[in-house]
Amino acid sequence: MSLWEYANPVKFLRLSERVMPWLWVGAALCLVVGLVWGFFFTPDDFRQGSTVKIIYLHVPAALMAINAWFMMLVASLIWIIRRHHVSALAARAAAPVGVVMTLIALFTGAIWGQPMWGTWWAWDPRLTSFLILFLFYLGYVALWEAIEDPDTAADLTSILCLVGTVFAVLSRYAVNFWNQGLHQGASLSLDKEENVADVFYQPLLVCIGGFVLLFFALVLYRTGTEIRVRRTRALMAREASGAPLRTEGV
Amino acid sequence: MRALFVRDLRLALRAGGGFGLGLAFFLIVVVLVPFSVGPEPALLARIAPGVLWLGALLSCLLSLDRLLAVDFEDGALDLLATSPLPLEGIVVVKAAAHWVTTGLPLVLVAPVLGVLLNLPAPGFGVLVLSLGIGTPALSTIGAFGAALTVGIKRGGLLLSLLVLPLYVPTLIFGAEAARRAVLGLDVSTPLMLLGGITAGVLAFMPFAAGVVLRVNLR
Repeated sequence: MSLWEYANPVKFLRLSERVMPWLWVGAALCLVVGLVWGFFFTPDDFRQGSTVKIIYLHVPAALMAINAWFMMLVASLIWIIRRHHVSALAARAAAPVGVVMTLIALFTGAIWGQPMWGTWWAWDPRLTSFLILFLFYLGYVALWEAIEDPDTAADLTSILCLVGTVFAVLSRYAVNFWNQGLHQGASLSLDKEENVADVFYQPLLVCIGGFVLLFFALVLYRTGTEIRVRRTRALMAREASGAPLRTEGV
Repeated sequence: MRALFVRDLRLALRAGGGFGLGLAFFLIVVVLVPFSVGPEPALLARIAPGVLWLGALLSCLLSLDRLLAVDFEDGALDLLATSPLPLEGIVVVKAAAHWVTTGLPLVLVAPVLGVLLNLPAPGFGVLVLSLGIGTPALSTIGAFGAALTVGIKRGGLLLSLLVLPLYVPTLIFGAEAARRAVLGLDVSTPLMLLGGITAGVLAFMPFAAGVVLRVNLR
């Protein structure tokens, strides 16, 4: 029994269908608890007032925007090395979710920035690199859409994902060089002292957990859809060519 | 390899396009800038390095979609792929030919356009130097983008969407060097970083482009 067994679409679908209800319920539970806790049962910040509470959407969305790209990178590598179709489809399924997460982070950031910094947008290194990440997502999704043959599309987009990763990281440090910023440095990290007070930190963790579960649920759901779309296409092609129908496995 | 290089150069020169067209586009972009922001000399001097870099970048982009597509459509690329030359080598040669016909003229003409934009005197040398270091990277990254979109009908717009984000680091360091020179600051750091990017791109991008091209020729 190894992890690679789930590269088989049938097994993958069976497992994901068993796991998905739990993911949906977990995500809903975490988000409801985290957001209600964060919005109504934490005190206002002594300087930022109640605007601090947008952190419960902004930080998890930004985290997931980057991790979605990272997941696409891993899935692309698996596709290039081991050529499992499920992996390529998972990368494809994750991209639009990543786009939406990036947009949420950018928009909530703007809404937060307006009262705090007095501006919706500043060419701050962190903001700028997020905008560049958004452009990379757009290019990746557009390339998937433009190519008809699914295997060619998977090959090309996974290479683009690898090259894009290198350039996204380069841009991340290049913009640091280019401008000074308003955005604070990292506040949450695993190995350093926390800069967020516990009252805000605990609901934030719950919200992050909710976003992670939501992301996995969405990606599994979308991957399942992609697999079924492809299976339907294969069946239709077979029917059109007059070959006898065979329903198991594609 | 040299035959292919010479052939590409000759095609670009004689097919009445590539060579002059990029330069004309560069000129038009630069001419349009004062119309859009106003003719104030101080303002133009401030934005001149950035505008020149941006104009050069866009003119570079203009001819990219023909870089491989023409050879792909008439089958020459398939013949080249069966030749003993590896595809990575073909990409390098194509990118080099693109640079000689597009990047190099841009570098040479940039100081003239700098005069139009009232570029301060200390900026000229560094502008030419930074464009000279940076444009080979633009051509090579562009060759990768062209290889990605070679099989797509009307891939020109998609090509810009894919390639422009990849141009960000080159543009930042190139324009920063020129800007610092205008302000009389030290330019060695951005120039070295720009050179590093170009060297890295020249070393790795042909391989990525080769892989992509192989997929597209399958």
